[in-house]
Amino acid sequence: MNFYNELDKFSDKTALITENCGAISYKNLLAVADQIAGHIENRCLVFIVCKNCFESIAGYVGFQRAGVAITLVDASIDDDLFLALLETYRPKYVYMPKEGQIDGIAFESVYSFENYVLLKSVKTVEYVLHRDLNLLLTTSGSTGSRKFVRQSYKNIDSQVVALAEYLGITSDSRPITTMSMSFTYGLSIINSHFFKGALLILTDASLVDPRFWSMLKENEATTFGGVPFIYEILKKLRFERMKLPSLKYITQAGGKLNNKLTAEFAQICEEKSIDFYVMYGQTEATARISYLPCEYAQTKVGSVGIPIPGGKMWLEDNEGNRIHSAGVSGELVYQGDNVTLGYAEDYLDLAKGDENKGLLHTGDIAECDEDGFFTIVGRTKRFLKMYGSRINLDEIEQLVAEEGYDCACSGEDNELVIYLTKSKEIENIKSYISTKMKIHPSGIVVRYINKVPRNESGKILYSELA
Amino acid sequence: MATNREKYDNAFKESFEIEQSDLKDELEYNTIETWDSIGHMQLMAELEDSFDIMIDTDDILNFGTYAIGIEILAKYDVQI
Repeated sequence: MNFYNELDKFSDKTALITENCGAISYKNLLAVADQIAGHIENRCLVFIVCKNCFESIAGYVGFQRAGVAITLVDASIDDDLFLALLETYRPKYVYMPKEGQIDGIAFESVYSFENYVLLKSVKTVEYVLHRDLNLLLTTSGSTGSRKFVRQSYKNIDSQVVALAEYLGITSDSRPITTMSMSFTYGLSIINSHFFKGALLILTDASLVDPRFWSMLKENEATTFGGVPFIYEILKKLRFERMKLPSLKYITQAGGKLNNKLTAEFAQICEEKSIDFYVMYGQTEATARISYLPCEYAQTKVGSVGIPIPGGKMWLEDNEGNRIHSAGVSGELVYQGDNVTLGYAEDYLDLAKGDENKGLLHTGDIAECDEDGFFTIVGRTKRFLKMYGSRINLDEIEQLVAEEGYDCACSGEDNELVIYLTKSKEIENIKSYISTKMKIHPSGIVVRYINKVPRNESGKILYSELA
Repeated sequence: MATNREKYDNAFKESFEIEQSDLKDELEYNTIETWDSIGHMQLMAELEDSFDIMIDTDDILNFGTYAIGIEILAKYDVQI
């Protein structure tokens, strides 16, 4: 149980505005939500195939109130990956868009609401769900692997309290959606604003679509969040010239925005009296770990700031000793109630309890300045951020290997480079990885090399890649 | 020298990884997988580079189809 069971206190307030359904009160939302979830027989695992629409949100709210465990995947998910996830986690129910239904799944329809349908598995597998388990989210949003992060009720509750506090969220806040709710950042915005009885403006339109801007203006959105790519679009659209008087604060997370753009947006927001928050986090910490208080946006450019309320952060050297001096880099370690329970790789893992005990080694290398502000300077793990999603390089190598080719992957954020030993397959591999991982092809470069450099024990020597 | 039409078509083909045969007036934002917001930004950058222009905010937002794009570029004295 969590705060979703207390939303009835906002009943007369408007909960949602969507393009198709207009304004919907909390009372109506909860009635629909409870109606949908009323078809769930007992605490079990439910998959939601998400879109930023009323049906999707109503299902989510209902399942939260019904106390079932929820997995969120985006509607753009690759069919093969979706089928593999169903096989790996054996959810009892799937709640999804009608038009997205795929053949070959053993589910039958038990309820339908507008454009969504609730499907029940015809061959249910009984397994144990740990009582604390609330949500399963991937580490990469819409793309990626079968590995999920297990988030507890306490994780969600502690996170919404912290977010509401440092962002000053109130019942007058009006966030507009800019990303999928299956993405931990997007979901944290939805959770924290429902927690305060705020109004959520739902749209599937992206920032390059005029519909997004008319939704924002007509409904007087006060805030939105953006991964680095969103800020690149805003820059291109000359955000500084736009008249958006309703905006009160905007947030940036989901990867590091380069210092130049960060400084520019800090300046633009100052001029427009919009509070600009740079934030840092991971799905493994429910969403947020730290934030840069907006008054430091211009003076601490590049920093991810200080821990969120209720959290602690410190740096450790290679031996695990705590670093006390400013300017010395080490692995960022975080402690707080929002540190998730652990990972799951199949349904048997859903019986597991808290493996992390509130402590997260982030895998990010950071420094701390004399004022106690942290800056990320590197990573210990091999992954890239592509348009806000985490892409594991080892996983890409694995995917290519499964196709029968040798390769090595590297690159930087928003540019994945695959070094392939088969020149004829360059185009095929590019489109294969693009489709499988849902990465726009313009972000993938495939280069030919005659041989993947390896040391004697077979480990790839990434430093030798051209 | 490539003609303006060739440059225009190349920008689409390169941004969206599509073929000449895919190009038609009705080709529209969000109707093919690669013409999403990322592809759109890529297309704008390609067109700005190819024709040495700066496309305005409203034109970036309204650039919804292959045909509309031709009308928009005309405003920048680029005849396709």
